[in-house]
Amino acid sequence: MAFPGLSNIGPIYRREIRSYFNSPVAYVVIVVFLAIVGWFFTSDMFLANIASMRIVFELVPLVFLFFIPAVTMRLLAEEKKSGTLELLTTKPVRDGEIVLGKFFAAWTLLAATLAPTLIYLVTMMVLGNPDPGPVLSGYIGLMFMGGVYIAIGIFASSLTENQIVAFIISFLFVLALYLADKVLIYVPEGFVSTLEFLSIDYHFDNIARGVIDSRNIVYFGSLLGFTLLLATASLQRRKW
Amino acid sequence: MSITVRNLVKRYGDLAAINDISFEVKTGEILGFLGPNGAGKTTTMKIITCYMPPTSGTVEVDGLDNAERSLEVRRKIGYLPEMNPLYHDMNALDYLEYSAQLHGLRGAAVQQRIREMVQVCGLEAVRHKDISEMSKGYRQRVGLAQAMIHDPDVLILDEPTSGLDPNQIVEIRTLIKQLGRAKTVVLSTHILSEVQATCDRVLIIHEGSIVANGTPEQLQHDFQGADTLTVELKTPSTHPIEEIGSKLKVIAYVTGVALDSHADGVSRFTVHSDKGNDVRESVFRMAVSEGWVVLEMHRRVTTLEEVFHQLTTA
Repeated sequence: MAFPGLSNIGPIYRREIRSYFNSPVAYVVIVVFLAIVGWFFTSDMFLANIASMRIVFELVPLVFLFFIPAVTMRLLAEEKKSGTLELLTTKPVRDGEIVLGKFFAAWTLLAATLAPTLIYLVTMMVLGNPDPGPVLSGYIGLMFMGGVYIAIGIFASSLTENQIVAFIISFLFVLALYLADKVLIYVPEGFVSTLEFLSIDYHFDNIARGVIDSRNIVYFGSLLGFTLLLATASLQRRKW
Repeated sequence: MSITVRNLVKRYGDLAAINDISFEVKTGEILGFLGPNGAGKTTTMKIITCYMPPTSGTVEVDGLDNAERSLEVRRKIGYLPEMNPLYHDMNALDYLEYSAQLHGLRGAAVQQRIREMVQVCGLEAVRHKDISEMSKGYRQRVGLAQAMIHDPDVLILDEPTSGLDPNQIVEIRTLIKQLGRAKTVVLSTHILSEVQATCDRVLIIHEGSIVANGTPEQLQHDFQGADTLTVELKTPSTHPIEEIGSKLKVIAYVTGVALDSHADGVSRFTVHSDKGNDVRESVFRMAVSEGWVVLEMHRRVTTLEEVFHQLTTA
């Protein structure tokens, strides 16, 4: 690969992808996700006669709160428990490469889970005349949001060798990010704008409305960078 | 490719797992790490392989400090950890491919090395099997194969033969001996015969410190206590047993004689003598002159087990 020092991301990524798709994990995740989202989308469309994906973009961030911790909880905790992390970290591999390889694998699973929902867009195009712009930017927002959740999940997974503990820790973290702009009425006035800016749902809503502002991009970019660094630092904790 | 360990200390809180260990391993040498469980063998190996840093002290592999040049050091080392952790959801070939790639091998070199390792480690029969379905012996071979996949100059093997049956143990030992000619090997074990069979040099570690360092023969010699001889004699019934005992006691250097058993004119004695004095010849000559028949004579040499026991239970 062209980048020295990143060349091990590939093998790690491929192993994780194979581990997701050679086991029931990927299929269970995809099927359950599609069943939940599909139920709400179709009931909106057929029962309420609304040809809109708004419900999808309202619902999916909630579903992510449970799904992404479930997908990421094993990424490092399992290797810690089985001892393979010792093998991995005594190979000439940087800790950052381990985190990134696993991150991209989980992100790919996320994309594979979201991809079938594009058929809703196709359905609506056939039935009505929706504006595909906000829908596509909504997907970009979901991928950003999911990416941040995955990085948090990897961080949580690096803290423990117990997958359930990893799940609960990452759930609490992503829940806090998600709820930040929903508790604004309880906080002193001075903190409102700060807290709102920290909230992931606030930025996601902007993007899902079709407004991709540089502030949102900076927010997601820096949050993603920060959480990935946090996960890498946590992996290096064994050296402290 | 030498390994130099200097003043290594590893503390967990107040507990010192390793307490100021220094040693050197030369190219082509097979060093055996011996010690009771919890003596610090595994911790030392984890530090050499860059898994964890020491509290203080340094490790150099081929002159490279393993804290500063960690990636380069890790490239030179093949490591088989204690419990032989493996990815149970992969088959042998996939796993070896993964290991090879993580060591920076690409393209045809990967398949080439995998073929060699499958052959060297005898994995033909199970190469498509999931690791979770393999017997312990095969898993151990897969562990060894991944440690050697990049043809490292240094092999660190933490209990490479644990859980194997006697035939497999012999195979793995032969393999390690073969490899040891060109590579620097450090292996830990608590099977003492293994050290005698494979290692050029032994380090005995006890409670985090080195208590002995030398070839197996050297250690046996150094820790040889009083010489002990077992003799079985057939004596005419006219000779009372007590008399035989006291006659043996007269031989030069003999410090004590004990009667172990006596039946039908055959008696067994244990003869103790000063360290380093072989009294077999004198005993034989006396038997001849007295008309006794020597049925058995056996000089007991201090075994590595005894050396180990002496050093680690004090």
